[in-house]
Amino acid sequence: MDHPQTTRTVSGAHYAFVFSISLLLWVLLSGSLAWEEVALGAFVSLMITLLFGPRFTIYNGIKFSFMAPLYVLLYLVHFFRELIKANFELAMRVLTPSLPIRPEMVEIKTTLESPLGRMLLANSITLTPGTLSVDVTGDTILVHWVYCPPGTDAKMATDAIAASFERHIKRFLV
Amino acid sequence: MNIIGDIFLVIGALFIAVGGLGLLRMPDVYNRIHAGTKAVTLGSLSVLLGIALLHPTWWPKLLVIAGFLLFTNPVAASIIARAAKISGIKPWRTEEQGGE
Repeated sequence: MDHPQTTRTVSGAHYAFVFSISLLLWVLLSGSLAWEEVALGAFVSLMITLLFGPRFTIYNGIKFSFMAPLYVLLYLVHFFRELIKANFELAMRVLTPSLPIRPEMVEIKTTLESPLGRMLLANSITLTPGTLSVDVTGDTILVHWVYCPPGTDAKMATDAIAASFERHIKRFLV
Repeated sequence: MNIIGDIFLVIGALFIAVGGLGLLRMPDVYNRIHAGTKAVTLGSLSVLLGIALLHPTWWPKLLVIAGFLLFTNPVAASIIARAAKISGIKPWRTEEQGGE
């Protein structure tokens, strides 16, 4: 996998993001909002941010904006709807005696550029109806599709599998 | 609250059972990964939700567990599928597609 963004300079928003994620994780794991706990968490998070912040280039693709949290939420709603749909579809296929599957490997193209965006897209594909990401090479994701309609080409596969997720992810990642 | 929590636990267990049945019924490794990933991910989330309803004070930790599951489960599935592909396992195909 290529990492196109490893040389990009990191911004203040990037540091703020690393700090808040570390602190949030601390508070959730400690499960207490007592000021001693939070103060110690803030200190540790600050240390982590200062020491490792410049190296957390995985977060580089994030587009910081006031709307970003809303877009993440919209993505999550879409994602959970697809996840539940995927499970009922899978349960239907497994429980049908004739096992209606027609598996095929298809290649789809993504226009996302950041490693995090591609990872999120590949993860989303894996957890949604009938598709499993097998490999990511550059902008191509190899997908194993449980029920591939006859005569499908790469364009149709991209539209059917990735397009809706890509639209959501693109609003908060490069 | 307790009853709703129990219902989510049962739903989670059912999805995991379907996932297990899928592992037995599917013809090859790739299709089995499908069954083993999706059903088990949603099943685990449902179980976690059930526990959160039964023990409301645990929810922050359960949320963290859910987040880690959502990030790591599909990665693990992809890596297993990738390893299968690199070791040369051909995807199973139906007779109509020219398979066995």
